[in-house]
Amino acid sequence: MSKEWPLWEIFIRGQHGLSHRHVGSLHAPDAEMALKNARDVYTRRNEGVSIWVVESNKITAFDPDAAEHNFAAPKSKVYRHPTFFDIPEDVGAM
Amino acid sequence: MYAQLVETGQSEGTEQELEFQAKIDRGVRIEANDWMPEGYRKTLIRQIGQHAHSEIVGQLPEGNWITRAPSLQRKAILLAKVQDEAGHGLYLYCAAETLGISRDEMTAQLLSGKAKYSSIFNYPTLTWADMGAVGWLVDGAAIMNQVPLQRCSYGPYSRAMIRICKEESFHQRQGFDIMRQLCQGTDDQKAMAQDALNRWWWPSLMMFGPSDKDSVHSEQSMKWGIKQNTNDELRQKFVDQTVPQAEWLGLTVPDPELKWNEEKGGYDFGEPDWSEFFEVIKGNGPCNRDRLEARNKAWDDGEWFRDGLTAHAEKQQQHNIAAE
Repeated sequence: MSKEWPLWEIFIRGQHGLSHRHVGSLHAPDAEMALKNARDVYTRRNEGVSIWVVESNKITAFDPDAAEHNFAAPKSKVYRHPTFFDIPEDVGAM
Repeated sequence: MYAQLVETGQSEGTEQELEFQAKIDRGVRIEANDWMPEGYRKTLIRQIGQHAHSEIVGQLPEGNWITRAPSLQRKAILLAKVQDEAGHGLYLYCAAETLGISRDEMTAQLLSGKAKYSSIFNYPTLTWADMGAVGWLVDGAAIMNQVPLQRCSYGPYSRAMIRICKEESFHQRQGFDIMRQLCQGTDDQKAMAQDALNRWWWPSLMMFGPSDKDSVHSEQSMKWGIKQNTNDELRQKFVDQTVPQAEWLGLTVPDPELKWNEEKGGYDFGEPDWSEFFEVIKGNGPCNRDRLEARNKAWDDGEWFRDGLTAHAEKQQQHNIAAE
């Protein structure tokens, strides 16, 4: 039986100046094939000017069940938002 | 401006360079793997590096007041602001690294004094009111400079600036909020705010760099889309925005030549003392030595910790290999 191809995550730069964004994934035997497949699968309507591929198992992520704990700290730090400070209207834009 | 007197190379006019210039003129962003002239690459490494160093050294004057903030809330806010500066330094170092310089090389250049950072961070923060003045004036001037940099021709720099600008607005507003509270307080508190304005006004105007007629590198930087406005344009904009805010606070801008000019629709104002600026840039400002000593100490004191983390990572890797 032939070996199953690894999964690749695909990132595409939609237009010049923007960052690459994750658009989906696909299977391919190696990085070069992953790039070519990604081009054919994800940019058929000219959706991109650049593609990155990363093997899925190279991605490290937080445990989604621990999200509440992992992202709790900034919730109490409301002063990190500019709207926390009341600037009177007649002072002008700031 | 967080990057001052950035030296630029010269374009040599080859066909490849002409194509590159045409791309910039069309407003197309340049990305890390695109061809670019050596001068463009070097200019950006210097500018982004200087900008990153400024964010990092910029933590020191404000860090000075974290333990002495007048309330727990002010302390938490100041701490959050200084954390932001560290974050901004990181975004920028990473943007510079896309151009082929390593983080360690940049750090070494800062620590040896070879790389510059903004002149403004070589002034001392003597009173709590300085936290207000720094946020209001220094961050105000930085925003003035950074907003157009969001359209910089180099993609990674422009994207870092978009993120930074979004976060920076809190900085200026918290500074103004400190000034406002002092100005609405006792006579002594208001005098403290006035004193801070007196000391920070001219160094803030110097942040934009020397006058256009003396700014030898501006022209090439503007042609390459690295810089969008001249030093004098940005300085004028800053004065026009800030003077009414000072008036609102009931403070006096320490410039006898300051006068509204109806015809140009902006203020006329005096010339900063450029000899002071060049002395500070050369390393002879009031705090240059302190700042570099503090950065060197932080780097040296952190060595065992960095090494520890590396050793741990290596050990984990060994474990993983053994487990496979």
